[in-house]
Amino acid sequence: MSTTDPQSDALTGEATPRGLRRWSRRPVDASPATAARLRRRSRQRRRVANVAGLMAALVLTGTLYSALSPAHATQESNATESSAEAAGRELYERSCITCHGENLEGVPTRGPSLIGVGEAAVYFQVHTGRMPLVRQEAQAPDKPAVFSDEEIDQLMAYVQANGGGPTLPSGDLRDGDLAEGGELFRLNCASCHNFVGEGGALSSGKRAPNLEDSNDLEIYTAMLSGPENMPVFGDNQLTPEEKRSIINYIQTVKEQADPGGFGAGRLGPSAEGLVIWVVGIAALMFGIFWMGSKA
Amino acid sequence: MARTATAPGVPTTALGKAALEVDDRLIVAGPLRRTLNKVFPDHWSFLLGEIALYAFVILLLSGTYLTFFYDASLREVVYDGSYAPLRGLEMSAAYDSALYLSFDVRGGLFVRQVHHWAALLFVAAIVVHLLRIFFTGAFRRPRETNWLIGVGLLLLALGEGFTGYSLPDDLLSGTGLRIASAIILSIPVVGTWVHWAVFNGDYVGEFVIGRFYIAHVLIIPAILLALIAVHLLILVKQKHTQFPGPGRTEHNVVGNRLFPAFAAKAGGLFFIVFGVVAALGGLVQINPVWLWGPYNPAQVSSASQPDWYIMFLDGSTRLFPAWDINLPGDYNIPALFWPTVVIAGLIFTVLALYPMIERKLTRDTASHHLLQRPRDVPVRTSLGVMALTFYIVLMLSGANDVIAERFDISLNAMTWAGRIGVLILPPIAYVLSYRICLGLQKHDREVLEHGLETGVIRRLPHGEFIEVHQPLGPVDEHGHSQLAYGGAPVPKRMNQVGGARRAIRGFFTPIEEPAQVELEQRRDEQGLAAAESRELTTSGRPSDGGRPQEPRD
Repeated sequence: MSTTDPQSDALTGEATPRGLRRWSRRPVDASPATAARLRRRSRQRRRVANVAGLMAALVLTGTLYSALSPAHATQESNATESSAEAAGRELYERSCITCHGENLEGVPTRGPSLIGVGEAAVYFQVHTGRMPLVRQEAQAPDKPAVFSDEEIDQLMAYVQANGGGPTLPSGDLRDGDLAEGGELFRLNCASCHNFVGEGGALSSGKRAPNLEDSNDLEIYTAMLSGPENMPVFGDNQLTPEEKRSIINYIQTVKEQADPGGFGAGRLGPSAEGLVIWVVGIAALMFGIFWMGSKA
Repeated sequence: MARTATAPGVPTTALGKAALEVDDRLIVAGPLRRTLNKVFPDHWSFLLGEIALYAFVILLLSGTYLTFFYDASLREVVYDGSYAPLRGLEMSAAYDSALYLSFDVRGGLFVRQVHHWAALLFVAAIVVHLLRIFFTGAFRRPRETNWLIGVGLLLLALGEGFTGYSLPDDLLSGTGLRIASAIILSIPVVGTWVHWAVFNGDYVGEFVIGRFYIAHVLIIPAILLALIAVHLLILVKQKHTQFPGPGRTEHNVVGNRLFPAFAAKAGGLFFIVFGVVAALGGLVQINPVWLWGPYNPAQVSSASQPDWYIMFLDGSTRLFPAWDINLPGDYNIPALFWPTVVIAGLIFTVLALYPMIERKLTRDTASHHLLQRPRDVPVRTSLGVMALTFYIVLMLSGANDVIAERFDISLNAMTWAGRIGVLILPPIAYVLSYRICLGLQKHDREVLEHGLETGVIRRLPHGEFIEVHQPLGPVDEHGHSQLAYGGAPVPKRMNQVGGARRAIRGFFTPIEEPAQVELEQRRDEQGLAAAESRELTTSGRPSDGGRPQEPRD
């Protein structure tokens, strides 16, 4: 496994032994007197080196401390942080910090760490209105977004700058093969989201939501970030092209008319059974009552 | 030969002469006249079975059209039709032809939808018809045979429905077929053998669609057709049952002749059924196979359900706990066996044997041609409601994930509600319907004894208020009617005995001149004022309101 990485090869295979040899190599053909003198001199040198090393370490520690100390950071962040990140920080500290912590590290029993979730997760959660959360329940329901698009951009910038992680895709998100997208959707998504994204129930009040109102970017970022109970479909599981195919399929089928008439929610037999009883049998009962009244 | 004078009764028209020629050769006039003069009793609920019959006719007609284009083969083909989201995918020829039928055949989608709606209606009408037979006691001697045939028809309809559901070979029907295969495999000892016999090998193989096709278009419809014919012949032979009423006895049939009144009604009903099914087929989409995708055993969708009439089995499977029985020797009975094979077997066995069970329990072996009102047989009615409650809980549980998703309920809560409900709701339904039956019976008796409530409150000279009742017949010295209950509906409102102005006639729109009725009403109003005193004085003792009272001295 490690052999695939050229850097780790260089470290383990060559660099370390050569370095050790250079430092430990001593002249081997010296007389006892010179050896004693050398030993004395080396002891002195070691003492000096120790002191110098200590000094260097102290200076380095001091420098590092001054560089990384929070007081210094707050002073300097205003200089390095973009205005979007600063605005995002302000939003974060107002609306997210209670559950996700001061440094995106999360708060036990309240909210998960946001380190590594990236702007993709922020976009999905905030744009679908799932975050900020109203209360803790089985699953965050989607609702009208609390933040404006500009504020969402600022939050994304802040979380991306401080936590890192998957970023938003660019380009045409429907740029993929329609039929392949359908096949991938049925293979990866239909087991929870139903045949054409009508949504489905999961255990204990959790659910795979209906994709009716989802835009391209929400679907893409959901696949990237795996919100709630959804697995993460990273670029190794589904390549960006495959993701675009799936989005193309979902959106194309969603927008197409139902050639057979009223679609009844595209739910299949359960809705059809309801229709035959509530409409079909009811209409015919009405018909035979009518005929009976003519008797 | 010289032409003689026309004898009386000899036809003179061309049609009459032709008919005479036919009758000379086939001798059908006598039997035909007897048949056409046959009397059928008249009640709206007697038309329920006919709905099923007409749905079957629609199924035969629409199904024949579908066979022209359907290819019952699991051969792999690459789709190249007009539905873009599937173009280029590998699929079976069966699914390919179902798509072709839906998108490229003129009227194909409409006929497919008509066929499917008619299938759902067929089973639904059978079930409603069965309930009517059950609750009115129409299955009693001598009609047990027809009850058994009816249950057989229901089972065949379920089989016909399931094989048809499987034919398009889409992802939904393939999932259903997979479940059917698992159910067959779960049967102890013979399961594997039966599975191999049905599928000709392991699931899914290449044979099953072809076999289901022949079963669906030939074997099962042929048996259905034969049994329907026997069902109707026995009905004609044994004569139709009728509700008790004036002039109706165990030994006569009161109603309309087959021709023309009954035939006109039946023909009209056929067109109503056809109209409803065609409207559904044209307006409401059913089984959009193009959305489900081609069958692939690696794929499954949430909310994969069978058609409504198999949903109770899905429901029982969802509710049943995962109780696998592990026997020594690496042998086990999967939990799936109990909710599917055993429960379904029990349901249909009890259903088929119910007439014999009731005969044993009540020791009533007499022939019955008069029906019973459900309230008059509270035990049977309550048993029926109980069984229906059981069935409905199972059926709803078959769609519990859809209900959970649409109504934002926890799926676990749905499952537990189903588990508890399937055990405690049927007994509750039994008790409730038993009490309701008794209550209705008592009310009938009360009206017969004390008369109708007129809604008139009268104040007597000494200040007492009484409610005036209208006795239905002559009363004795206590103000009680002597009418016996005859098993027929008892009038419950003054309107039903002519106590109010009549309504304007017309079911959809008035068919009378409102002005004319207005006049008539005005005339009636005077009559009504007179009628109140007249009617209430002629029938005994109106001042007492029909109350029982101590004889005055």
